[in-house]
Amino acid sequence: MVGWLAGTLIALSLVGAVWFLVLAARDKPIQAVHLLSMAVLEAGLLIQVIVAAVLLAGGHEAQEQGTFIGYLAGSLVVLPVGAFLAVGERSKWGSVAAGVACLTVPVVILRMQDLWSGTGV
Amino acid sequence: MSELSRGPGRVLVAVYAIFTLAAGARSGYQLATEFDRAPVAYLLSALAAVIYLLATAALWTSRRGIALAAIGIELAGVLGVGLYSVLDGEAFPEPTVWSDFGAGYGYVPLVLPVLGLLWLRRSSREPVSPER
Repeated sequence: MVGWLAGTLIALSLVGAVWFLVLAARDKPIQAVHLLSMAVLEAGLLIQVIVAAVLLAGGHEAQEQGTFIGYLAGSLVVLPVGAFLAVGERSKWGSVAAGVACLTVPVVILRMQDLWSGTGV
Repeated sequence: MSELSRGPGRVLVAVYAIFTLAAGARSGYQLATEFDRAPVAYLLSALAAVIYLLATAALWTSRRGIALAAIGIELAGVLGVGLYSVLDGEAFPEPTVWSDFGAGYGYVPLVLPVLGLLWLRRSSREPVSPER
């Protein structure tokens, strides 16, 4: 994995989470612009998956390779699920659901980084 | 009766879906590759994944009875496994999602079933959610 890309994605997803939770606090559902930002974040995660896949194919050994690949795949599923749930709930609770999905992204990335560099448990 | 996946229930569905994914991916890999190393822990992880999946589906489709059963088992599981893992760490050489009351997952596994049960109770009392 590439450190700066992972760091950027973590920062962006945290910004997104705060944005959506502030939206929820103001009692508003998510709009197109929020979905668009989630799509941009998802594109970034896709790039990360491709980079990691290339490095793995090139011989990098992550700790618990299978678990790592599971997280890698999981990192692409979280935001679409959050967006889907948020779109179906046109209230502040949909915004909270989207915020929760965004908050999950940094957690997944941090776990992947641990496994990638072998410093994890 | 209000739908269980509306209002605050939508957030619960999101968290349950995420935990289904986390527990499922982890246990699937563990069961497939290293089952012999810690069968009890891995089977518990798989059980947790199934419970989370059941709770997600039941909340989504508003099946109150199944939701109550799944979330009840979940609460019993996290309390039982949590207590057991604290008292006798040797019994769980490999962590499960419920070990140490879900400390490895920010204690969300402990809080989630409580919120789930509160939501089941509240949504049955208030046919129309005031938040909508």
